[in-house]
Amino acid sequence: MSEIKKFMYVNRKAPYGTIYALESLEVVLIGAAFDQDVSLAFLDDGVFQLTKDQDTSGIGMKNFSPTYAALGDYDVTKIYVEKESLEERGLTLDDLQHLTYEDEDDDWAEKDSIRLVTREELARIMDEQDVLLSF
Amino acid sequence: MVNEGPYNHQASDSAYQFTKAALEKGHEIFRVFFYHDGVYNGTRLGVPPQDDRNITQLWQELAEQHDLDLVVCVAAAQRRGILDPDEAKRHGKDADNIAPRFRISGLGQLIEAGIKADRLVVFGD
Repeated sequence: MSEIKKFMYVNRKAPYGTIYALESLEVVLIGAAFDQDVSLAFLDDGVFQLTKDQDTSGIGMKNFSPTYAALGDYDVTKIYVEKESLEERGLTLDDLQHLTYEDEDDDWAEKDSIRLVTREELARIMDEQDVLLSF
Repeated sequence: MVNEGPYNHQASDSAYQFTKAALEKGHEIFRVFFYHDGVYNGTRLGVPPQDDRNITQLWQELAEQHDLDLVVCVAAAQRRGILDPDEAKRHGKDADNIAPRFRISGLGQLIEAGIKADRLVVFGD
C-alpha cells in the first residue's frame, strides 16, 4: 500500500460517559501502523479528552488519558484543538496535557503536537482531508 | 462505517439504506465496517417483533445479493459479547453468536477500506 492519504480523526465527545473517545483512540493507535498522513481534531466536548490531571477513581472507569502522551511515539504529530470549543468551556491550552513529538527532520527536536486553530481554520483543514473518521 | 447499534439508533438503518441505494446506482461497496455498538448488527440471536424490520437479516440479504464484505471489529465485539466460533473457543466461552455473512476482524480492515475506497462514510451519533 504505497498510496498515502490524509486521515483525520474527529473527536467531539467527552472522554467518559460514552465509549467513543476510548475506542477512537484505539483506532488511531492501530491506524498509525499504516503510514498514512494522520491528524487528530478535538472540538466540542472532545476538548475535554485532552485535559490534564484526569482522575476517574470516582466512576470506576479506566483513565486512558495518559495514552495521548504516547501519540508522538506513534508518529501522530498533528493534533488540532478548536479554539472556540476551548473558550466556550472556559478552558485554555494550560488546562490540556502538554503533548510533544520528536521531529526526525529537525535533529529529533522536541516539538508541540497541539495546534490551536479557529473553527474556520479547522473547517479548511477538514476540507483538505481524504478520510474523516468522526467519533 | 456503522457506529451505532440497531434499533437503538437510526445509524444502522441509514447505513443499510445508503449501501442499498449506492449498489442500485452501480457503485461498488468495498466493505461495511461495524464499530462501537454497531457490532450488535452482527448478532444472529436478535428476535425483533414480526411487524418490524430485522436489520441483521436485511444486511445478510444484501450481502447475499451483492457479495458484501460485512466486518465486525474484533476489539469492539469482544467487549460486547459478539463472538464467532474461533473467538468463543479462544476465550473459553460456551457459545458464539455471529450472524452468517458477517465476519470478525481487526481495525486494520477499517483503515484499509479508508485507503482503498474513494469515499469512507461514517454513520453514527
